[in-house]
Amino acid sequence: MGKGNMNEQENAMIRIHVMGKTYQVPAGLTIMDAMEYSGYRFIRGAGCRSGFCGACSTIYRREEDYRLQFALACQEMAEDGMYLVQLPFTPAPRSKYNLEEIDPSENVLLQYYPEIARCVSCNTCTKACPQDIEVMDYVQAALRGDIARTAALSFDCIQCGLCTMRCPADIKHYHMAQMARRIYGRYLSPVPNHLEERLCEIEEGVYDNELGKLMAMNKEELGIAYAARIREEAK
Amino acid sequence: MRKSIERVKATRAKRLEAGPPSPMTAEEREDILEKFHPDYKPEKKRKLAVGISAGEIVPHEVADIFEAHPLFDPADVDLSHIDYDVSVLVIGGGGAGTAAAIFAHQEGVSAEDILVVTKLRHGDSNSIMAQGGIQAADRPEDSPAIHYLDVIGGGHYANKPELVRALVLDAPMIIGWHEDIGVMYDKQDGKYLEAHGGGTSRMRMHSAKDYTGKAIFNAVRDEFRNLGIPVLEFFPAIELLLDEKGNAAGAIIYNIETNEYKIIRAKATVLSTGGFGRMHIQNFPTTNHYGATADGLVIAYRAGANIIDMDSVQYHPTGVVYPTAILGQLATEKLRSQGAVPVNKDGEAFVFPLEPRDVEAAAVIRECWEKNNGVETPSGVRGVWLDTPMIEEIQGKGTIKQRLSAMWTMWHRHDIDITKDPVLVYPTLHYQNGGVEIDEHGATRVPGLFAAGECDGGVHGKNRLMGNSQLDIYVFGRRVGMSAARWSKRSKPKKLSLQHIVDYDKQLKKAGIETDRVSPILLPDYRAETVISSSLGRFI
Repeated sequence: MGKGNMNEQENAMIRIHVMGKTYQVPAGLTIMDAMEYSGYRFIRGAGCRSGFCGACSTIYRREEDYRLQFALACQEMAEDGMYLVQLPFTPAPRSKYNLEEIDPSENVLLQYYPEIARCVSCNTCTKACPQDIEVMDYVQAALRGDIARTAALSFDCIQCGLCTMRCPADIKHYHMAQMARRIYGRYLSPVPNHLEERLCEIEEGVYDNELGKLMAMNKEELGIAYAARIREEAK
Repeated sequence: MRKSIERVKATRAKRLEAGPPSPMTAEEREDILEKFHPDYKPEKKRKLAVGISAGEIVPHEVADIFEAHPLFDPADVDLSHIDYDVSVLVIGGGGAGTAAAIFAHQEGVSAEDILVVTKLRHGDSNSIMAQGGIQAADRPEDSPAIHYLDVIGGGHYANKPELVRALVLDAPMIIGWHEDIGVMYDKQDGKYLEAHGGGTSRMRMHSAKDYTGKAIFNAVRDEFRNLGIPVLEFFPAIELLLDEKGNAAGAIIYNIETNEYKIIRAKATVLSTGGFGRMHIQNFPTTNHYGATADGLVIAYRAGANIIDMDSVQYHPTGVVYPTAILGQLATEKLRSQGAVPVNKDGEAFVFPLEPRDVEAAAVIRECWEKNNGVETPSGVRGVWLDTPMIEEIQGKGTIKQRLSAMWTMWHRHDIDITKDPVLVYPTLHYQNGGVEIDEHGATRVPGLFAAGECDGGVHGKNRLMGNSQLDIYVFGRRVGMSAARWSKRSKPKKLSLQHIVDYDKQLKKAGIETDRVSPILLPDYRAETVISSSLGRFI
């Protein structure tokens, strides 16, 4: 089965090394597509294929370059001479908690994830992050008890776990940050009044009659009502 | 391409002043759909030859997996050895399944008496990929009744009224639940920051930047993990089990790494297996996750659950066209709800930017192929511009990085700055509008089998609006969780049977279908043709 209307033109070929084996693939593919082109059929290591799920963490080296690089295979382009290794997602321990019962004060993150105090500010986590998140900065914010900043800085986290795999201090960054975002959402960002009011109205059955009428309408009547809607303009 | 971008830039100020083109009338919408929407090509579909919905028209790709043999011979399976015996089995670990498990637990089923099985990792799903938002009528200017009218009009009046009612009336409560579990919705001045979506008449799109699905699901899954409900990953269900009376009784699951099967007996079964994007209907690229191969639909159909609106496919109007490496990935509708307008190669706006998705997609196709006003990439794919820099002109500088950071990052990885340059887009396969027919409790035609999320059918009619799939996931995920819990309390352990599989295969033979196709297909195959044709299969 094809991937759709690709209609790729004849491209130059490049070499990639997949776990030590060398393959020729067309230029212009992502790492994931290049590995599939080579004949790999993923079970692990492929998820949303759009950069949102963190299933396809990849480490690679370039020829003649000692540094390890980190990427999402579905987002990063394959380059000539890449040495590729897929990292199947590796779960890290997470702390159980009851959001309703915790005390959302500044020590709460340290209480559930005490190892954040072991952060040596080496910045390895930040360098490993394929989302360009300032990971070390949010760990430091968490240490200071700044839940709002931890939540804001970590917002784009896709929980691929690369930070946690690289950390010399065994910090579980992405679990801790998830907890911070939930505490922020639950306790530090008030529920708008207009939601509460609407919930009361629904509870009281305010809309039952109107909805009942709409449900009883035939297609023609609905068509007239639909056409008569006036679209709200943005202010 | 660069020259065309210059024309887009040159016309921008004028377009901003004039505002976007007006929405189409009902007649204009019908006309453009009939002529240009891929759904309106009868040769791309056929009547189903077998099963409970025989005679229904579906895309060939769907008919192919329905008119196929099971993955195994029922005679080879030992049903007397039960590996897992639970009250509630949830098949599919996306948003709907995870919510179903949480609410089954809330309804009184103990955590260890619930089991979630999922083909890939827990959360590998379209649920986490939703970018733009989730609809809920919670502003004083809005009401569930107006939401109802938007939904059913967008769906061409084919939606089941009781399902739309449930969708719009539960919506504010679902937002409230998300608040309780700590989802960080976008807010400003003590209110939600709400925007329009295609086909809405009120601004009711709630968002969490353009990571809405991820932000919601990650909180939901985190809550699920706190409850300690067990999950089996990399274990797709490959067939449902029934009892001798035809009630749902569990499933056979399959370890896709070791090829081993396991038998699950359950008092109630929830299907939350998502849609069919990776079937590449009409050879379109897709926005969907790797596992979106309609497995649940196949096994539910063999078990006797009927389908509805499966003739209808959603093509998202704006999939990425350039760079080709990310062809078909999603350019969120939120780009348009924040002010970006589709324009052709000469920089002319040709359609109201927030028509319902089917109409908007048809307009892009017409512009590219009938009017010949598309832009062709070096690899020969056509698209139109989505003029993203307009967003910052309208909403203020910095808006894109602040509210659309996922979009900014996606193109930035390919050295495209969407605050300065427009992006090239074309419709991409996005959503399964129909599915297994449910009632307002999420019950299917098979007693004890419930369905929620993209695999359910009847909620969206012939076209879903933006922000209503996230809503479907959690409204019906919650409902099926509670329904399954209640059902399980009234139900006794059952004697397991695969007779329906034997019978279905007989029907295939009777209908004269001779094929070596097998289903569910579980995962797509993207290996190069040269590799597939020389494969011996020893290690597959």
